[in-house]
Amino acid sequence: MTHAVLPDTNSRPEPGWLKRNKLAIAPWIFLIPALIFFSIYVVIPIFESLWLSLYKWNGLYDVDGNSTAVWVGFENYAKLWYDPNFWTSLRNNIAWLILYMLAVPLGLFIALFLNQTVTGMRFYKSMFFFPFVISQVVVGLIFGWFYNPDFGVVGTLWKAVFCEETTNILGNTTFVCSRPAPDILSSPEWATYGIIAAGLWPQIAYCMILYLTGLNNVAADQIEAARLDGAKGWKMLWYVVVPQLKPATFIAVVVTVIGALRSFDMIAIMTQGGPFGSTNVLSHYMFEVAISEYGERYGYGSSVATVLFGIMLFFISYFLWRMYQDEKGGR
Amino acid sequence: MFPRPIEKSGPGAKAAYQAFLPVALIMWLLPLLAIFLTSIRSAADINSGNVFGWPSEFAIVENYTAVFTQSAAAQYMINSVLITVPTVIISVALACLAGYALAIYRFRVALPLFFLFVAGNFIPFQILMVPVRDMSVQTGLYDTIAGQFLFHAAFQTGFCTLFMRNFIKALPFDLVESARIEGVAEWRIFWYVVLPLVRPAIAALAVLIFTFVWNDFFWANVLTQGESAKPITAGVRALNGQFVNNWHLVSAASLLAAIPPVVCFFLMQRHFIAGLTLGAVK
Repeated sequence: MTHAVLPDTNSRPEPGWLKRNKLAIAPWIFLIPALIFFSIYVVIPIFESLWLSLYKWNGLYDVDGNSTAVWVGFENYAKLWYDPNFWTSLRNNIAWLILYMLAVPLGLFIALFLNQTVTGMRFYKSMFFFPFVISQVVVGLIFGWFYNPDFGVVGTLWKAVFCEETTNILGNTTFVCSRPAPDILSSPEWATYGIIAAGLWPQIAYCMILYLTGLNNVAADQIEAARLDGAKGWKMLWYVVVPQLKPATFIAVVVTVIGALRSFDMIAIMTQGGPFGSTNVLSHYMFEVAISEYGERYGYGSSVATVLFGIMLFFISYFLWRMYQDEKGGR
Repeated sequence: MFPRPIEKSGPGAKAAYQAFLPVALIMWLLPLLAIFLTSIRSAADINSGNVFGWPSEFAIVENYTAVFTQSAAAQYMINSVLITVPTVIISVALACLAGYALAIYRFRVALPLFFLFVAGNFIPFQILMVPVRDMSVQTGLYDTIAGQFLFHAAFQTGFCTLFMRNFIKALPFDLVESARIEGVAEWRIFWYVVLPLVRPAIAALAVLIFTFVWNDFFWANVLTQGESAKPITAGVRALNGQFVNNWHLVSAASLLAAIPPVVCFFLMQRHFIAGLTLGAVK
């Protein structure tokens, strides 16, 4: 052979456009069902809500099927600015965000406590995780009862400590208390903290399971090496173990932030935002103004939702940015 | 291993640790134990103020039957099943397809689309509430089972796609490559090569989505009105109003509502935890 032979491309008929581009088309065929479905119920409604927040609308349509919404521009936002309930809700959201973060270190400590291999450990680990599996509605009911000053656990413990049992002339037993039992959920000052404490219970369980998985994968050789260098206790935890738990910490923070801003169920169950709106958060306040209070105020509700969405977007952007860094580094 | 295994600190420490474990567990689950004890008490106990001591009689069968005979709890439970099962099937199926597309093919918008699903999964429900409710009313899906599972399926597709894409991305790409060289059609690669390998991910997603949707309360309130389509979570709240001061019945109803996810969790614990802790380890 004195010259290179070009591969013979014309021996078979030219494959069709579809065949030639199959690697470009195929992903879209796989994606389309999810994409359409997700757009209808998630992506498009987000923009509709943003748009609706500039309208005044009670959710009704006229006889021709046209929406009765009236354009009001930024009026809803102006109203929000002077709405004390909105500010209370926002303040409570911040309290939730800050205090809910306690779930991360507390989850880590329970995980450290449980990271042993004695018999029956698997059982204990799953029982500690238990609160996360049950619905927040049930958690809310449990704690609503737990906090009850008359016959809940708090009330009963209070009686045991501060009250004396006496029998009156008629022979009935009564309690004489040096201080009345606290009614946590009826106190405007304490109710929010009571709900947050209840919310922490399942959230700690979630963080715990993240850390247990993380601890399982901590490099044993590094621990041993640090031990030979004399590291132990807090120093070991802070300088050797915690850095290795970074991925678990990141996820724990993400789910805790999302959980804090999404808190709705427990508030709806335990106090419905009361007493006097003192336990409202944006997610619950939005629901309240949009559908349950004085008829339907879709536009105003949407403006509350938009504010909440804006706060969330701040965190989401950060999370996505972190994920993007990982993707770039990963491959 | 950190902390140092307790065995190394001598038999005394180990015994102390093992003795303390059940105490810690009881403290941790105290609210749950208390409500369980309440759910098996008789009404007489509740009225006489015996809510913490030993029950004077056990009314476990009476209380739990009363929940079903005196309320629509059975209907709510059935509704919950009818909402959760289709949600799991639809969202996991869609996510297998979408996750495959986003993990296997290299095209320009793959990453932005992936991030769209991730972001959608984090947004607050309230930003969707008014349009989704309005759309459901317009299409006759308001106050129906289908209206709820269609929404849940669409929303959970975000989380499922995130999960599936990362799972498939971690599979060896050579498998797909060599199948392509053999001339296997793309959908056959998906069906015969990738799908059998993602079974653990499907199992994990199935239990997680089941639990998430079973425990949903917000959408049950937004998309339903009457008893006919309400799931058990919203039902329990309704019962709470109906059984005022009958704490033994409220407790029994709440515990009943919690049973399916709990059973699911204990049966498929490994998958459940693998699903929740995805990404917690590098």
